[in-house]
Amino acid sequence: MKRATIDLWVGIFVTMGFAAIVFLALKVGNLATLETRPSYHLDAAFDNIGGLKLRAPVKAAGVIVGRVESVRLDPKTYEAVVSLRMDNGYQFSKDTIASILTSGLLGEVYIGLEAGGDLAMIPDGGRIAKTQSAVVLEKLISQFLFDKATSGPPPAPGAPK
Amino acid sequence: MTSLASGVRRIGAGTLRAISRVGFATRFFLAVLRHTPSALRRLQLTAREIYFAGVLSLVVIMVSGLFVGMVLGLQGYDVLVKYGAGDSLGIFVGLSLVRELGPVVAGLLFASRAGSAVTAEIGLMKTTEQLSAMEMMAVDPLARIVAPRFWGGVISMPLLAALFSAMGVFGAYLVGVRLIGVDNGTFWGNMQAGIDFWPDVTNGIVKSIVFGMAVSLIAVFEGYDAHPTAEGVSAATTRTVVGGSLAILALDFVLTVFMFRGLGNG
Repeated sequence: MKRATIDLWVGIFVTMGFAAIVFLALKVGNLATLETRPSYHLDAAFDNIGGLKLRAPVKAAGVIVGRVESVRLDPKTYEAVVSLRMDNGYQFSKDTIASILTSGLLGEVYIGLEAGGDLAMIPDGGRIAKTQSAVVLEKLISQFLFDKATSGPPPAPGAPK
Repeated sequence: MTSLASGVRRIGAGTLRAISRVGFATRFFLAVLRHTPSALRRLQLTAREIYFAGVLSLVVIMVSGLFVGMVLGLQGYDVLVKYGAGDSLGIFVGLSLVRELGPVVAGLLFASRAGSAVTAEIGLMKTTEQLSAMEMMAVDPLARIVAPRFWGGVISMPLLAALFSAMGVFGAYLVGVRLIGVDNGTFWGNMQAGIDFWPDVTNGIVKSIVFGMAVSLIAVFEGYDAHPTAEGVSAATTRTVVGGSLAILALDFVLTVFMFRGLGNG
């Protein structure tokens, strides 16, 4: 086979291979999303973060506006301090409430932001003051059972009131 | 008593032979690495080997990828929908292809399609004393024959694995979205939400590069080390396919342990 033909085929092959890698990076993976955009950081302290994972989404009104970058325990207050990497396009007011929510019963855990009415915005590296911890399902159930037990047995059906 | 002694002697001789083969393979690998600059300087030789190892494997890799992806789409949907998670088909297919099936299955196909050909070619060159003739003419067969074939395989393998994964995702898209009716946006959206370029895609690429090096090394070594007879070449070709496949599966386990251990916890 001639040299030029081999070169042509090798060129086609290499181009296709790199096109496949680009396809995997952009269309299958999420290289093109948030990571490359300019961003700023926010901190938020929670009593309990439940099953929050790194890279979990931060949503405001259901729109993803950032990702969880790191989670650590404050050794003084014993609160979980979550560092958020926020999209530069979205600024939040100082009285924003951050709460840890779950989409569906078994869905992913994310941080929901509810913007307030304050005109001043949280600066880069600032801290969200108002937070709401994760709802731990086991605690809810045990509380419910405890309430049931202390309020006595329910009245028998059909009994006179 | 003598049969027992000869049995022990045979085991000992076999072990020594195996160990000295490992030593020879290591020395051979280092020699190939030393001749890498000359293989890259004569790029035309390496391009020829990329043609034989990569371009000619293109059809089998792409068709296999398409079918593997379509089967994954059917089977994955069947299982996921039982748990009400049919929407997660995209991430299921994407992760299994990018992390595991792409590099491993493409590597296995590569070992049997391209590795066996390289072994047979070099083995036959040795049998017909072409290698000795080259040495006679002061042409080092390691630089002229072995190193280009090694690097041709190493360069081809990650590209083939990426093509395999891409075709697999496309096959799963055909079955999942076109045939079964998973929502198009959900399919791609879930996939992008769950798969990161770093570390998922890059780890797949690293895996395929390692597999390419292992298979190419085994292929050129078995050819170079083959007994210069017809049976010797055929045995060496078999050893390439069997040894290459086992090496891929074993290396895959080791690499997976290092790459994905505890990743779920972040």
